[in-house]
Amino acid sequence: MQPTAIETQPHAAHEAHHEELGFWRKYIFSTDHKVIGIQYGLTGLLFLLFGFCLMLIMRWQIAYPGKPIPIVGELLLKVLGDEMANGGVMQPDLYNAFGAMHGTIMVFLAIVPIAFAAFGNFVVPLQIGAPDMAFPRVNMASYQAYFMGGVVMFFSFFIPGGAARSGWTSYSPLATYADMGHHPNGQTFWILGMVLLITSSLLGAVNFIATIIQLRAKGMTWMRLPFFVWAQFVTAFLLLLAFPPLEAAAVMQLMDNVAGTSFFLPTGLVVSGNAVPISGGGSPLLWQHLFWFLGHPEVYVLILPAMGIVCEIIANNTRKPIWGYKSLVYSVLCIGFLSFIVWAHHMYLTGMGTKIATFFQTTTMIISIPSVIILTCFFISLWGGSIRFTVPMLFALAFLPMFGIGGLTGLPLGFNFTDLHLHDTYYVIAHFHYVVAPGTIFGLFAGIYYWYPKATGRFMNEFWGKVHFWTSLIFMNAIFQPMFAQGMAGLSRRMYDGGVTYAGVDDPALGLVGVPQIFIDMNRHISWAAWCLGLAQIPFILNFFLSMKNGRKVASDNPWESTTLEWQTPTPPPHGNFDKPLEVYRGPYEYSVPGKSKDFTPQNELEKR
Amino acid sequence: MDIPFTVKLRDDTTLYNAKVGIWLFLGSEVMLFGALFSSYILLRVGAPPGTWPRGLLNVPIGAFNTIVLIVSSVTVVMSWASLKLGNLGKFRFYQAITLLCALSFLTIKSFEYRDKFTHYEVWKTDGARMTGHVEGGPYFWSTQTLKDKKLDHIVFHPDPHHYTEPVKPHAGAAAEHEGHAAITIPVAEIARLSAFVPAHSTYFAIYFTLTALHGLHVFGGALVIGYLWGPGAKLWKTDPERFTNRIEISGLFWHFVDLVWIFLFPVLYLL
Repeated sequence: MQPTAIETQPHAAHEAHHEELGFWRKYIFSTDHKVIGIQYGLTGLLFLLFGFCLMLIMRWQIAYPGKPIPIVGELLLKVLGDEMANGGVMQPDLYNAFGAMHGTIMVFLAIVPIAFAAFGNFVVPLQIGAPDMAFPRVNMASYQAYFMGGVVMFFSFFIPGGAARSGWTSYSPLATYADMGHHPNGQTFWILGMVLLITSSLLGAVNFIATIIQLRAKGMTWMRLPFFVWAQFVTAFLLLLAFPPLEAAAVMQLMDNVAGTSFFLPTGLVVSGNAVPISGGGSPLLWQHLFWFLGHPEVYVLILPAMGIVCEIIANNTRKPIWGYKSLVYSVLCIGFLSFIVWAHHMYLTGMGTKIATFFQTTTMIISIPSVIILTCFFISLWGGSIRFTVPMLFALAFLPMFGIGGLTGLPLGFNFTDLHLHDTYYVIAHFHYVVAPGTIFGLFAGIYYWYPKATGRFMNEFWGKVHFWTSLIFMNAIFQPMFAQGMAGLSRRMYDGGVTYAGVDDPALGLVGVPQIFIDMNRHISWAAWCLGLAQIPFILNFFLSMKNGRKVASDNPWESTTLEWQTPTPPPHGNFDKPLEVYRGPYEYSVPGKSKDFTPQNELEKR
Repeated sequence: MDIPFTVKLRDDTTLYNAKVGIWLFLGSEVMLFGALFSSYILLRVGAPPGTWPRGLLNVPIGAFNTIVLIVSSVTVVMSWASLKLGNLGKFRFYQAITLLCALSFLTIKSFEYRDKFTHYEVWKTDGARMTGHVEGGPYFWSTQTLKDKKLDHIVFHPDPHHYTEPVKPHAGAAAEHEGHAAITIPVAEIARLSAFVPAHSTYFAIYFTLTALHGLHVFGGALVIGYLWGPGAKLWKTDPERFTNRIEISGLFWHFVDLVWIFLFPVLYLL
C-alpha cells in the first residue's frame, strides 16, 4: 500500500523564487549552481595566482642561490622571521615548504576547483537542460568545505615552523619527522586541510553524477550529451572513488603524527642518529600506494575537464561536428577505468619488485591509447573547417600540441628502465607541467574566454586576450622546454641550490661526473621566463575584471552561435536557468548541416515542417 | 523551473535523486573503508610471524555488540515499512529502538576502549614480555611516564599468558591464579611500557582507527535518525512521501554502517 502522493511541491519552494534574496544569500551562501561555480572560479583563480607566486619566489633561489630575494625578500623576513628568510635569503625549510605548498595548492586548491567545480558547476546543469544541481544545499556545503580547506592551508604558512615541507606527496616517514620541533606543525595542518578538500570534492562528485544521471532534459539521451558533460561525468567518478583512500591514508598519517602510531613507520627507524620510540612494524610503501591510488586518477581529474572544454570550443569555432564523437566518449570511459590501475608507475624506484613494475608499465602504455585517440579526434576535427581564430580558439588550439608534448614525453617515464634514469629529475617536472600548465591551464583560459559572455553578458577584450595568449605560449615553452634537457642531464628536481652542488663534483678518481655547467646556467633563463610569464598574466587579470563593466556587450543570448543548451538561456541565466522545461531533438554538434539556412542547429530547435 | 525528481521517480532510472546520491556516497564509503581494510591486510601480512597480537579483545562483548547492531538494522526497516503503511506512531516506536541500540553500541564500545587504556604490555630489557595491569589501574602510561614520575619500580599483575605464546588448552585454575599474582618490576628492567593504545602496535593502531571511524559513522547516523525522529518528523504532515524517502535514505546509510561492523568484528576480534 502506497501513501497518498502529494501532487504539489511544498509551497515554500515556489515562494522562494519570487522573493528577492539578500546579499548574503545571493552571493555568499548561495545554493544557485551558477553562483557557486563563480565562487569556485574566483577562489580557484586566486589560489592559482598564489601558488604561482610561491614558485616565482623559489625560482630566484634556484637561479641565484643564496642571494637575498629582491622586492619580496624583506617582506618574507618581516612576515615569516629569521628562521625562514634570514637576511632576505630563502632558507632551506622555506624552500621545502614553498615547494610542497606550490604542488598542493596548484593541484587541490586551484586546478581541480577551477576545472571540475567551477566549470562543472556553471556549465553542466545548463548543458543538460537542468534547473540546478540535484542537491543545491550539498553544493553550497561543498564550496564551504573547499573554502575552509583553503583557509587552513593558507594559515599554515604563518604557524610556528611554517607550512608542510615534505613535498605535495607527503611521503612518510619524512612527513612525520620533517618538523619535530613543533606540534601541531605544518604537516598536521596539511592533513586537516586535505580532509576538508576531500570532503568538498566528495560532495561535489556525488552531486555531479546524480545531476547528470537524473536531471537531463527530455530527449537528452546519453549519446546526445556534449563531450564536456561526459568528461565531467568521468572526472566525478574518479574523484568519488579515488579520493577516499587518500582520506584513509591521511587519517593514518595523522595518527602517526599525533597519536604516535606506526602505520607508515618501519621497525628500527632512526632519525638524526637516534632510534625513535615507536612500535614500528609499519610500511612506508603503504603510504605511497594509497597516495598514488589517488594521485594518478588525479592526473586525469586535471586533464579531462580541460579536454571537455577544448572539445566544445573546437566544435564551435570550426563550425563542423566533432570527428568521432563516440570514440571520444568510449575513450574517456576507458581512461576513467584504466586510471585506477596505473598508479604504481610513480613508484618504480621504491623496490616494490620487477613483476609489479612490469604490470604497471603495461597498463600505463595501454592508457596512452585512449588519450591519443582523443587528441587525434580533435586534430581531425580541424580538418577542412573554416576556423574562427577567436581568443578561446587560440588557447584550445595551443592545448593540442602542448598536451601532445606533455603526453608523449610521459612515455619514457612509463617504461621502468628509462624511468630509472629520469625519475625525480627536472624531466619529470617538464613532463607534467606540459600536461597541466600549457595543457590544462590553457584549456581553462579557453573556457574562461568562451563562457565569460554567458556569465556576464559581455565579451572579454579580444586584443588583450591575444596579447595574453601569445606571451603565455612563448614563456611557457621557454620555461619548460629547457627542463627536459636539464632532466636528461641528470639534474635532480629537489635541489635547494638549483643543482650547483651537482655541477662541482667532477672527480675522475671516483668516477663522478658532475652536471655540465650549461644545464645549471639554464636555471637563470628559466627563471627569467617564469617572471615574464608572471607579467604576461597582468593583461588577463585586468581584462577579466575591467571587461565586467567595459567589455563589448553581447548582441544575443548565443553570441558564439553555438548548438549546446547553455546558450539557449537568457544572459546571464536566471535562478532556475530555463523559462520552461525544454526538449532536446538532436546531438550536440550539428554545425553546418547541409541544406540549412544557418550553420548551426541548436539541440532544442524543432524541425520546421 | 523547480528541480525535478526530488520525490517522483525518473522514468528511465526509476529512482528519485537522493537515492542516486546515497548510493554514490556509499560507493565512496566503500573505498574509504576498503583502503583501511587493505592497510590492515598489508600490515598484518608484513608483520613478522607470530608477533601479530591475538585474543586481546573480548569476543563475547564484541558478539553482543554485533547483535545490537543487527537488531537496529531490523528496526530501521520496520520503521520505514511502518511509514509506508502510514503509521507514524509505529515508526516512532521502532526508530526509538534503533536509537537505543546505537546508544548501547557506543556505550559498550567506550567501556571496551577504557579497558584497553588500563591494560598494559611490558617489554623487559632481558627480552621477556608480559601483558597485564599496573597496580592502581592508571590510564595511558608509557615508558615516558615512568621517567616523568621518577618511579623506581611498578607493581604489575600479569595475565596468564602472553599473546605471542600458543594458548595452553588445559591451563588449570592453579596456573590461572598464579598468573594474577602481583609482581614488582624495577623500572631499570623495563625497556618499554605501553597501554593498549594506538601507539602500542600496528594492530592496535588499525583497531582504534577502524573502530573509531566506524564509531563516528554510528554517531553521525544516530544524529540523523534522531533528527528525523524528532523535529524532522514535521515533514510527515506536509509531504509524507518525501519524509518516507528520507527515512529510506538514512536507513540505507545505517545498513552500511552495520555492514562495516559485520566485517570489523571477525577481522579484529576473531581472526
